[in-house]
Amino acid sequence: MNLLIPEFALIISSLGLLMLGVFKKNSQKLINNFILVLLVILIGIIGVNYKDNQNFFNNTYSVDLLSNFMKITVLIAVIFTNLISSQYLRNQSLTRFEYSILILFSVVGMFTMISANNLIIFYLGLELQSLCLYILASINTTSVKSSEAGLKYFVLGSLSSGLLLYGCSLVYGFTGSTDYYVIANSFLTSGDALKFGLVFILCGIAFKISAVPFHMWAPDVYEGSPTSVTTFFAMAPKIAALAALIRFLHIPYANFYADWKAIIIVISIASMILSAVAAIGQNNIKRLMAFSSIGHIGFILAGLAVGTKQSLSSVLVYVFIYVLMNIGTFACIMCLHRKGAYFEKISDLSGLSKNHPVVAFSLSMLMFSLAGIPPLAGFFAKFYIISSIIEQKIYYLAVIGLISAVISAFYYLRVIKVIYFDQPVDNYDSVENIGIKFSLAVAIIFILFYFIQPSLLSNIADNVALNFK
Amino acid sequence: MNFPILSLITFLPIVGVIAILLAGGTDDQKNKFSKNVAILISIIDFILSLIVWIKFDSLNKGFQFVENANWITNFVSYKVGVDGISLFLVLLTTFIGPICIFGAINSIDKKIKEYLIAILFMQTFMIGVFLALNLFLFFLFFEGGLIPMFLIIGIWGGERRVYASLKFFLYTFLGSIFMLIAIISIYWNMNTLDIPTLLSSKIPEHLQYYMWFGFFISLAVKLPMFPFHTWLPDAHVEAPTTGSVILAAILLKISGYGFIRFSLGLFPIASEYFANFVFVLSVCAIIYASLVALMQKDMKKLIAYSSVAHMGYVTIGIFSFTKQGVDGAMFQMISHGFVSSALFLCVGVLYDRIHSRLINDYSGVVHFMPKFSLVFLLSSLANVGLPGTSGFIGEFLTLIGSFKVNYIVTMFATSGVILSAAYSLWLCKRVIFGNFSIKQDSNVKILDLDKTETLILFSLMVLILYVGIYPNSILSTISTSVDQSILRFAKNIPSTLITK
Repeated sequence: MNLLIPEFALIISSLGLLMLGVFKKNSQKLINNFILVLLVILIGIIGVNYKDNQNFFNNTYSVDLLSNFMKITVLIAVIFTNLISSQYLRNQSLTRFEYSILILFSVVGMFTMISANNLIIFYLGLELQSLCLYILASINTTSVKSSEAGLKYFVLGSLSSGLLLYGCSLVYGFTGSTDYYVIANSFLTSGDALKFGLVFILCGIAFKISAVPFHMWAPDVYEGSPTSVTTFFAMAPKIAALAALIRFLHIPYANFYADWKAIIIVISIASMILSAVAAIGQNNIKRLMAFSSIGHIGFILAGLAVGTKQSLSSVLVYVFIYVLMNIGTFACIMCLHRKGAYFEKISDLSGLSKNHPVVAFSLSMLMFSLAGIPPLAGFFAKFYIISSIIEQKIYYLAVIGLISAVISAFYYLRVIKVIYFDQPVDNYDSVENIGIKFSLAVAIIFILFYFIQPSLLSNIADNVALNFK
Repeated sequence: MNFPILSLITFLPIVGVIAILLAGGTDDQKNKFSKNVAILISIIDFILSLIVWIKFDSLNKGFQFVENANWITNFVSYKVGVDGISLFLVLLTTFIGPICIFGAINSIDKKIKEYLIAILFMQTFMIGVFLALNLFLFFLFFEGGLIPMFLIIGIWGGERRVYASLKFFLYTFLGSIFMLIAIISIYWNMNTLDIPTLLSSKIPEHLQYYMWFGFFISLAVKLPMFPFHTWLPDAHVEAPTTGSVILAAILLKISGYGFIRFSLGLFPIASEYFANFVFVLSVCAIIYASLVALMQKDMKKLIAYSSVAHMGYVTIGIFSFTKQGVDGAMFQMISHGFVSSALFLCVGVLYDRIHSRLINDYSGVVHFMPKFSLVFLLSSLANVGLPGTSGFIGEFLTLIGSFKVNYIVTMFATSGVILSAAYSLWLCKRVIFGNFSIKQDSNVKILDLDKTETLILFSLMVLILYVGIYPNSILSTISTSVDQSILRFAKNIPSTLITK
């Protein structure tokens, strides 16, 4: 039972902190610090029991290597999001205790999603997470854009949840169970009927990870939400949804590989190409990151479509590196403020190299890494995926993926161009926040020096993939 | 295990970068320190590579000074080594290194520290490309060079630098993805990426065609070969002088090296199959690029197109699959490394003084800059391939080699020699000779070469003449390795008429 400590700790502390926040004034800082410490401790707890493997509550909730890996990744994402956004929240006067508590609740939801081994539990986790995210998107009540983002996200999100729920009910109708194992075993009797459920559920998940053609919300929500929330959106929920997707495809639908492979490949190709082309015209760096994340999701899905252990491992590596790259990039974006006012236009970056050489260098290395240029970490991420694709001889997918990587290199390079080649404008405030500095340092060191010991991460991922079911 | 001299040569520039980054003090002190460090490091690097040359056993058929270490588990090992083919390209790189650094210190006026860092990084990547004995490692260095070069063109370049740098980056990046796919499929088919192992094993015939093509696209973009060459003139024109030198002298040589090492070595059947295709493209490159060069108004562009033409000889030589051809290609690459850097540096010298690269703005430079004119004339003549200069040997050998295989190609290729004489000599006539008239705004006195420039340019001239008069200094060392690759090639294709 001690494998469930993280979940219990999260639930109890989020409820307790909610009470504390309600009854004690100005407790925001205390709550925030408490959460930070809690999350770090949770990484430790999960890390200690990393190799354990057990199902709970009548097989509805499973804790295994995959879930542990994904949970740790989520925690890392949340911790760093927290670190880099504290100054932003203060400057934008968004320091409400609800903010941290909502994030904590959504982490509970993510954990549930990651471990869910039952359609009901999966849906519960998803909704818990999504509801928190809807509120977070519109937390800046003074901004029209933020409210619009929240509303948009809510409407489209509920639609997709509806589709997902409809898919779940179809599956339940055909198999008589929501349990993943039972569904898996009934593929002979139910056969093709289950595919209907698959399609609807995939639509729902594709929305959550903002894969084409369910990506429409992403650019608007990324742009409208406060940057700290965007940072959060770009990483944690996607990891959770991906983990749920991996489990969903590999356990109940393992026998339908040929069917979901085709679907995933189409989604993946569409995501990669659309993000590469659509991002070119963007002027807002948050929108750019939205399209960039669509492209990365496309790459991850391409790896997922291969369906081998090798490819699963490469997906995990990609997810981890993706998180680190996003941490760094958003930390840089958080640095762009003058006297408390934040700037988001790409053209605002011009001449950053002159005033903020370190931030400029970091951001351009991150852009190179996002584009997948060796010897940076982003290249290795792409390399593992492409390698597992080619192992299965799906050459066209590899070619399309890499060509879209080349196209997307253009808009990453455009950012670098603005940073280094354009004339400088006014100085930005100097970076003093220790959280941003620390996060940026971690991300940059990871990205620059990943090539020295790449096997470290990939061995862990291999291990996870091999032990997954 | 022996002293890891090759790794030292490869990563010494990075040590320099770290030293520069850690330097403290005022901006002036930092700049001065970084200049000194860069010069020192690059000269040590050159001396180290000379030591490798001295200790190099030219009769040994395999790779020497091999270092091997585990890197990515079960997948890639860090393996470097040198043979006759890569030795001189490494020497060329380490020799051009100090020249570029001297040149940069002389002519770059903004962000000199960052520029030196970029050049040092570039040097590591380029040396790494030639020394890597693992395809993955090769690719890593091959692609890694993009970042510093992109920044060099983009930050320190001319007016259209943004366009040129993006074009350079995207062209090369697009080309290289096909190589990446080929490399990965080699891994899954052969279960290794170790180059010596791959050289001695045989890749299944039906796969060779695809893989050859994957490598070809990537290398052809970088060479650059005829239809893929359009990035080169832009990149050359916009890059700062020393950037052009690196581009022309070293970056273009990677492809020649890649063709010899991979196309010939790993995919002999496919190479044989596609040889005529490459010949046609090369002949197109030679004639077309020469004709285009004739009409250029910008000196740098003219030299850039002449690079395209000269690289055509390299591919013709390599794909003739004869000893003379490959020898000639190697020689041509090294010679072009000297000649084109000398020419670019010359244009840089003029540009520093008069701030124009247009041919029409100059006339009768010889009256004011006699030393400069001597150098310019000599390197132009070497560019033409005048006997006695290094250019002659390279072109002559490649043409001999290709004549054995296909005399029609040789006939067309030879016309390139005449065309190159036309544009080079016409350039000299217009710029160096004639009545003195230089379009300039102020009446600043135009000075001849200063000490640094004299040192750089005359050392290049000495080398051009030395290898031109005594080609055996290079040929004797590369001979065993070239023989070896030709033999390996012939063994895979029993039916061909290849003779030694």
